[in-house]
Amino acid sequence: MRTIRAAAAVAVVSALTAIAGCGGGSSSEGGSNESPKTLTYWASNQGPNIEADKKILTPELKKFEEQTGIKVKLEVIPWSDLLNRILAATTSGQGPDVLNIGNTWSASLQATGALLPWDQKNFDAIGGRDRFVDSAVASAGAEGQDPAAVPLYSLAYALYYNKKMFADAGISQPPATWDELVADGKKISKDGKWALGAEGGNLSNNIHQVFVLGKQHGADFFDKSGKPTFTSDGAVAAVKQYVDFMAKDKIIAPGNAEYAQNQSLQDFAKGKTAMVLWQAAASTFASQGMKPEDWGVAPVPVQSGTPGAGQNTNSMVAGINIAVFKNTKNVDGAKKFVKFMTSDEEQTLLNKTFGAIPPVKAAQEDPAFEAPDLKVLRDTLATSAAPLPQVANESQFETTVGTAVKDLWADAAAGKPVTTESVKAALTKAQQQMAQ
Amino acid sequence: MSRPRSPIAPPQSFLWTRRVVLTLLAAFALLPVYVMVSSSLKPLQDVSGKFQWIPKDLTIRPYFDIWKTVPLGKYFVNSLIVAGSATALSVVIAVFAAYAVSRYRFRGKRVFTVTVLSTQMFPGILFLLPLFLIFVNIGNSTGVELYGSRGGLILTYLTFSLPFSIWMLIGYFDSIPRELDEAAMVDGAGPIRALFQVVVPAAVPGIVAVAVYAFMTAWGEVLFASVMTNDTTRTLAVGLQGYATQNDVYWNQIMAASLVVSVPVVVGFLLLQRYLVAGLTAGAVK
Amino acid sequence: MTATVTPSSGHKAGTSEKTENGGARGPRLPRIPDRIRQGGLPYLLLLPAVVLELLIHIIPMVIGIWVSFRQLTQFFIRNWGNSPSAGFDNYKIAIDFDAPIGQALLHSFLVTCAFTVLSVGLSWLFGVTAAIMLQENFRGRSILRTIFLVPYALPVYAAVITWAFMFQHDNGIINHVLHDQLGLTDKPSFWLIGNNSFVALVVVSLWKSWPFAFLMLMAALQNIPRDLYEAASIDGAGIWQQIRKITLPSLRPVNQVLVLVLFLWTFNDFNTPYVLFGKSAPEAADLISIHIYQSSFVTWNFGSGSAMSVLLLLFLLLVTAVYLFLTSRGRKGSDV
Repeated sequence: MRTIRAAAAVAVVSALTAIAGCGGGSSSEGGSNESPKTLTYWASNQGPNIEADKKILTPELKKFEEQTGIKVKLEVIPWSDLLNRILAATTSGQGPDVLNIGNTWSASLQATGALLPWDQKNFDAIGGRDRFVDSAVASAGAEGQDPAAVPLYSLAYALYYNKKMFADAGISQPPATWDELVADGKKISKDGKWALGAEGGNLSNNIHQVFVLGKQHGADFFDKSGKPTFTSDGAVAAVKQYVDFMAKDKIIAPGNAEYAQNQSLQDFAKGKTAMVLWQAAASTFASQGMKPEDWGVAPVPVQSGTPGAGQNTNSMVAGINIAVFKNTKNVDGAKKFVKFMTSDEEQTLLNKTFGAIPPVKAAQEDPAFEAPDLKVLRDTLATSAAPLPQVANESQFETTVGTAVKDLWADAAAGKPVTTESVKAALTKAQQQMAQ
Repeated sequence: MSRPRSPIAPPQSFLWTRRVVLTLLAAFALLPVYVMVSSSLKPLQDVSGKFQWIPKDLTIRPYFDIWKTVPLGKYFVNSLIVAGSATALSVVIAVFAAYAVSRYRFRGKRVFTVTVLSTQMFPGILFLLPLFLIFVNIGNSTGVELYGSRGGLILTYLTFSLPFSIWMLIGYFDSIPRELDEAAMVDGAGPIRALFQVVVPAAVPGIVAVAVYAFMTAWGEVLFASVMTNDTTRTLAVGLQGYATQNDVYWNQIMAASLVVSVPVVVGFLLLQRYLVAGLTAGAVK
Repeated sequence: MTATVTPSSGHKAGTSEKTENGGARGPRLPRIPDRIRQGGLPYLLLLPAVVLELLIHIIPMVIGIWVSFRQLTQFFIRNWGNSPSAGFDNYKIAIDFDAPIGQALLHSFLVTCAFTVLSVGLSWLFGVTAAIMLQENFRGRSILRTIFLVPYALPVYAAVITWAFMFQHDNGIINHVLHDQLGLTDKPSFWLIGNNSFVALVVVSLWKSWPFAFLMLMAALQNIPRDLYEAASIDGAGIWQQIRKITLPSLRPVNQVLVLVLFLWTFNDFNTPYVLFGKSAPEAADLISIHIYQSSFVTWNFGSGSAMSVLLLLFLLLVTAVYLFLTSRGRKGSDV
């Protein structure tokens, strides 16, 4: 027994020293150029499925190889695994050279120090910062710091509506303000049909919606120093307004409270609901059997007036950024690859294929982005979209406030009253859960 | 080795209870399976609509689409290799360990059994990241790539099932009379031969049960596989999530794919059944 | 059936103390030849298991415990060896039950306890019932046996996502049957949000784990000697009495381990709640595993998450120790 114990102790201690010694990522700032002929690239899943993405990206990577002689090893990673894989890579230092990140993760990942900062010099290497749409660059890291990534694909929210259901209810044009939306909604919501869809169980989606409504009520969820301010009057009013679409206005079906797998899009495609707030939903409608001429697109409503900056913000900046791992052994190649992926030509082609909007201004000129739905998204992105709070604990924000909204949906669906007090209580709890 | 029928037929009350209870249990077990089968035969629009017991529009399209949406075949082979190897190794290692504990007296026995059992209390999330780091460091210092490889996953899964397998097998081995292996040893067999010629054959039901358990542990694990695999080594448990993409959830394909990959497993269970029940005969105990 | 002790074997083996267990077993005193005891054979047999347990379980665990004393947030994960020490801070926050984080942890802990007791209890009950009823041969026995094992053969993700599909408010089969067809509820219920989510969680967990109990118990039943039943029925014991007097007592050794591991697995189960509810479970079904996952992987505060895990581990150790103590004593008592 003693021998076993001793052996175990020795093994544990030696293993610990070995691991602690190696530590996490080696911290050579800015990477090296030890292996200039290869790159590993982690792509996020943008198309209908992983296989499709591979087929779309492979010829482009071949093009890059022909231009530079650098061979890119591609892995398309499902969204369910991507963040944990990045986390593991950050901790161990064993990761890809170039990777896609959800733009809302930018500040969190920036805080780890694992990503190459895009300072003036690095931006110049890919053609300059002013090639990109401002709001997209603003969604690539905390304010006042060099961005941790470069925008790759951009998206914004729009109001999708069912033309026939609108006509049947005698509505001639899509609502431009929330009051109009509620009034129209009440005309539509009867006989098993509902005006608006929501994904009550999807935390991120809840956050996207209440963030925008918060902006419209003059509230940010974090103050300048990055402290949470979830319980401000504006924030409470925003959350209440959103949940009230079900609780008070009764224009969202109670069942939406549990939706988390895009069931609201299915309802829309089936003609059960007349409107959804979504980013680039065209391909999903098609796969659900809805014809393109049956639906229309309009900007997301505002409280009054027309979409613009500040209180007339009507979308978050959604999208994907491309980043370079500091540990890369081919930093020049990695930058070349980012340059290639953000070139006008690739931007046009890839965004067209994935149904997104290029964050590169020149690429937006392509007629492909003049289609009615994409035009709405593009204009929103250019004039009235704001990035989600770029704070290091963004994911905690999504979880706590997203959950608070989810619980309020559950109350509304069960017929429990949703009051200013109950909303404030839920947000207070969320704020307390934000550690530190 | 068929066993004699009970000399006295059970009373009617027992037979009726048995019928009712077994029917209910079967219904409970099969309800989701029925939902899977019927949903896998519907077009996507119908799956997401109101539930219908009998599908209105039957289609077998999903069974063709599943191979295109996700490289299902590759994931299946990966899972088979990982779960199969983990099971084989786990059973062998557990048999050795259980034999030692069941048949020998040695220092540290208690420590071993208790420690092994206590590993079952470790929440997986606590050691996911440390384990990952260990694998990466082993890779960096020895060149043996465990992270991202099937080997790393096999080691992990086999260790997951090991503690329970050892404990169960100790129990099974204990119930096999020592006289059997001792008789073999008196006849000149070494302890290892006694193990394989006497103890293992007598413990077949237990070993098969443990093997099934080890296999299913590896077959269904999601958390570790999601971090420790990549494109080429991804297993089914994680790969199936590929049918739920950012914008679309292909319900019918999830169901179809799950059924397709489960068929071989169920067939395997069927084949193993006779070993599960053919065990010690009454006579052997005396 | 007399116990034979070979003088040469010297002392009894550790496991042999439970001879004559309920009269079901033959003599089990060791008669191991001296030449075997001398070698390091048992250690050699254990070696692979020990090495693997160390590598995959023990060492990562030790690291995990170390992490629980660190302030390991996203600012330090890249160079986590140098993360600042947190002393007992992570623990203090976790067990400060007056503060929101501690309160939520306590709530989650209680929910998990209730969930585990229900799920394990029912799984064992279903498993033992099915195993006993399939003990005798009859037509359809092997088909039923296969059917009962089907839930075990389906990949966890697929099975649980199917249940989530079935529990949907608008289109799920559960509401279709309970509300539309049987009219048991006056309006469709929510199963995935609100308080019913606890019921949904127990049902799915039960569905997933009872086949395992069934499998293990069925294998154990094979070891009960037939002549015990024959002797009992000659003595006039009916089938119910046989089950009570022979079957259940014979299952005790298997039960001891089975119930314990079911308890530990259910308590730590991550896959079921995660697939059913996603990253944030409704309060009524907020299992501790999801809670800890949130603290570590969603908020990237691994120090705090590890501290919670270690607390959980201590609790489980305590429960296991008490359980083993009680069940072992109970067993000795019944042998008298």
